[in-house]
Amino acid sequence: MKQFFSFIKKEFHHILRDKRSMLVLLGLPVVQLIIFGFAITTETRNCNIAILDNSKDEATQNLITRIESSSYFDIDKTLSSDNQIEKAFKTGRIKLAIIFQPNFQNELMHNNKAQLQIVTDASDPNQANTLTYYVSAIVMEYQKELNQNKNLPYTINSEIRMLYNPQLKGEYSSVPGVMGMILLLISAMMTSISIVREKEMGTMEVLLVSPLKPWIIIVSKVIPYFIISLINVITILLISGWVFGIPIVGSIFLLSLVTIFYIICALALGILISTVTSSQQAAMIISLIGLMLPVVMLSGYAFPIANMPVILQVISNLIPAKWYIIMVKNIMIKGLGFLDIWKEILIIFGMTTFFLLVSLKRFKIRL
Amino acid sequence: MAEKEVVIKTNKLTKKFGDFVAVSEITFEVFKGEIFGFLGANGAGKTTAMKMLIGISKPSSGTANIAGFDVYKNTESIKKSIGYMSQKFSLYEDLTIKENIILFGGIYGLNDYDIETKCNGLLEKLNLQNDADKLVNSLPLGWKQKLAFSTAIFHMPKIVFLDEPTGGVDPITRRQFWDMIYEAAHNGITVFVTTHYMEEAEYCDRVSIMVDGRIEALDSPENLKKQFNAATMDDVFLMLARKAKRGD
Repeated sequence: MKQFFSFIKKEFHHILRDKRSMLVLLGLPVVQLIIFGFAITTETRNCNIAILDNSKDEATQNLITRIESSSYFDIDKTLSSDNQIEKAFKTGRIKLAIIFQPNFQNELMHNNKAQLQIVTDASDPNQANTLTYYVSAIVMEYQKELNQNKNLPYTINSEIRMLYNPQLKGEYSSVPGVMGMILLLISAMMTSISIVREKEMGTMEVLLVSPLKPWIIIVSKVIPYFIISLINVITILLISGWVFGIPIVGSIFLLSLVTIFYIICALALGILISTVTSSQQAAMIISLIGLMLPVVMLSGYAFPIANMPVILQVISNLIPAKWYIIMVKNIMIKGLGFLDIWKEILIIFGMTTFFLLVSLKRFKIRL
Repeated sequence: MAEKEVVIKTNKLTKKFGDFVAVSEITFEVFKGEIFGFLGANGAGKTTAMKMLIGISKPSSGTANIAGFDVYKNTESIKKSIGYMSQKFSLYEDLTIKENIILFGGIYGLNDYDIETKCNGLLEKLNLQNDADKLVNSLPLGWKQKLAFSTAIFHMPKIVFLDEPTGGVDPITRRQFWDMIYEAAHNGITVFVTTHYMEEAEYCDRVSIMVDGRIEALDSPENLKKQFNAATMDDVFLMLARKAKRGD
C-alpha cells in the first residue's frame, strides 16, 4: 500500500506541476461546451432574407409581417425587380428571397390560387432546407387561418409535439456529445502520454526493475486522470444545468454510474495506445486522429448516423463514444432507467475488457 | 583472501531472439563487495545479459542465481535485493530532489522514519541540504548522476547494477562518481557496472569482456594486461573486440 501511495503522490506532482496541461485538462471541457453549445448550433435564427413584393396588397403584407415577426428571419432588403435577386445573393448577406407574384391577393381570393416563390442559397444545403421549411410552415399557418370559416371537403390537421426537447434546443444534443468526446480524449490521451513518457525518459525501465508490480504502476497512472475526468463531468453538468438550462430528467446515480464505466473504458483505451507506441508524439497523434476525428464524425453527435452510408454505420458501432452518448441522452433527456440501457452498458463493458486483454498481452511480450 | 561469498552466479546463461543468439552460454561468478566491470562493444550483448540478471528478461536457457535467488522463479525477491541505474538518466526531472528520494524509498518499501533520516543523511553527504526542494532538472548532469546512484543504493541493496552510468560527464565528475562506487563497495554492496571508458575498467576489481555474445576474457585488469601482453586495458579491449563478427 505504501508503494502505491508513494507512486500516486508522484503522479499528482507531475500533473500539478505542469500548469499548462492542467489548464487544458480542466479548461478544455468548459471551452468546448461553450463553443458547441452557443456558437455551433444547428438552429437557424435571425437569418437575413430579401423580399420582392410584386403585389403589395393586404395578403402579402400580412404574410411579410408574419415572417418578420418570427424569430427565424430578419428582412434585410426589400427588392423592386427580378434582376436584383441574384445580386442580393452574391453579396452573401441574404440566405433566402421570397417573391410574391403580381396580384397575389386577387388571385388568391378569386382563383383560389396564388403563387409565391422561395429562392435559397443552397451552398449550405442543410440550412437551405431548414429555411424553406420555416417559410412553408408560416405560409401554411396563414392559409389555415384563411380557411377557418370554410368547410373544406378534406382536411388533415397534423398536430406536432416535440417530445423531450420541446424548444428544439441544440444544446440537448451537444452536451452529451461534448461529454462523450472530452472524457474519451482526456482519459485516453493523457493516460497514454503519461505512460509513454516514462518509457521515453527511461524511468519505466527503473520502475520495472523495482519491486513495483506492473499493475500497480498502471493503476496509479490511471487514478489521477480518473479523478480529473470526474471533475470534468461535474463541471459539464453544472454548466449545462445553469447556463443552458438542461435538466437531468433521469437518475443522477445511473448517469454517474455509466459515466464511470465510460471513463474506465477510455482509460483502458489509453493504456492500449501506450502499449503500441513508444514516443509521446506518437501517442498524442494516435489519440487525436484516431480518437477525436472518429468521435466527432461517427459518434452520431455531429452528424446523424442514420444518414451515413452503411459501411460507416457499421464502423460507428466500434466507437465507444457512440454508445455513451446514446446512454447519456436516454438518461439525461428522456429519463429512461437501467432496463432501457443495459445493452449499451454491456457493450461498453465488452470494449473495456477487450482493450485491457489486448494491453495485458502486449505488456507481457515487452517484458 | 578468505572464502568469498558469491552473490552472482551464472551457468551457461543464454538468450535467443529467434535464430539470433544475443547472449551465448555465459558462465561467471561475482563476489560480495566486488566491483565487477562488464565490458563489450555495442551490440556484444551486455545489455541483454544484464536484463536477464535483473529479472526483466527471461533467459532462453542456462541458470543464474542473483543474491541467492533464482532468475526463473524468484524475480520478485531479486528485485527487492538489487538496485539499478540505467543508461538514460533515471530520476524524475519535474520532482524535487527530496521527492525523488522519498519516492524511491517508498517504492522499495522503506518506512517513513527510515526514509526521513536516511534522506537527510544523504542530502548532507551530497552537500545538497539547501537544494532539497529544487527540481531535479535544475541540477547539472554530473549531480543528477550522483543523485541517481545514491537513490539506486538508498535501500541498501546487496547488488547494484549500473548501465553505463558515467556517459557524457567530465573526467573530474567521473572520478568523484567512482569514489562513490568505491564507498558503496566498501560498505558491502556489490557493484556490477557496464562501461565504454577503458580507464574506468582499470578501477574495477575484475572485468569481463564480451564479444559476439560470449565472454572472451575475465580477470583482474592486471592479469588481463599480462595475459594479452598489453600496456593498457584499451589495448586488451581492442585486441578482443576486433575479433567480433557482429557489427553494431
